[in-house]
Amino acid sequence: MKMVYTWVAIALLCLASTAGDILISAAMKQIGDLQELRRQRGLLHVIRRVLTSGKLLLGVGFMTLGFFSLLFALSWADVSLVGPASASLTFLTNAVAARIFLKERVDRRRWAAAVCVALGVALLAT
Amino acid sequence: MSLRKYSVLAAIVLLGACGDVCLSRGMKDVGSVSLSNWTELFRSLLTPWVVLGVILLIGFMSSYLTALSWADLTFVLPSTAVGYILMALLARFFLHENVTPKRWIGIALITVGVGFVTGGPSRTSPEPLDCRNPGADPAGDTA
Repeated sequence: MKMVYTWVAIALLCLASTAGDILISAAMKQIGDLQELRRQRGLLHVIRRVLTSGKLLLGVGFMTLGFFSLLFALSWADVSLVGPASASLTFLTNAVAARIFLKERVDRRRWAAAVCVALGVALLAT
Repeated sequence: MSLRKYSVLAAIVLLGACGDVCLSRGMKDVGSVSLSNWTELFRSLLTPWVVLGVILLIGFMSSYLTALSWADLTFVLPSTAVGYILMALLARFFLHENVTPKRWIGIALITVGVGFVTGGPSRTSPEPLDCRNPGADPAGDTA
């Protein structure tokens, strides 16, 4: 039962943070280089710009859901299992989602990375 | 990439790993939460270690947003995976969790995998229209 709880929480965490990452990345790509923007317009402008982005707020909502799944998972399993397992599964789903939704060019190099990460996760899980 | 950009990536690694370890430390005090007493999760927000973890993760979030504003998601995530090693070391020496050889190999593989991407370009998607001209965005300056 412990393993079921842990993996359900990890799966939920994975889905929620993929949705969150994609939305947040889309929002930041829309806003542009924050460091550049801060030099030009000041920190307050940057904060206002970021906090008024609808995509970002929705993304943060998903991240919050992910955060509670993380706490749930951490109460059942060690951080050295939960942390890498969820984050690297999320890395795989993110690569697919970034290609589809953000039109990022996920080339052979990036896919090779995804395969290594998947193997790493398999080892963590056993 | 400039030194400034590398330091943003370093901040993501450090703050993310330390934040997660603090959360883990806090949740060990709270104990296992099951579906029947899931409201315990909210009580856990009052634990000092969880509070510290949340503060660190807020710092992590702002560095993360900064990095995403000039790099691809599929670049930022893998290039900051050095954090897994840091997290395993912290878990081993600070939390005294048992990190088995298999997990070490898993962590190493993840890191090798993510090493692939850091040699590549940080941005492959089209530049946003308003990247160099922030005043042109309708959402930004209405307030």
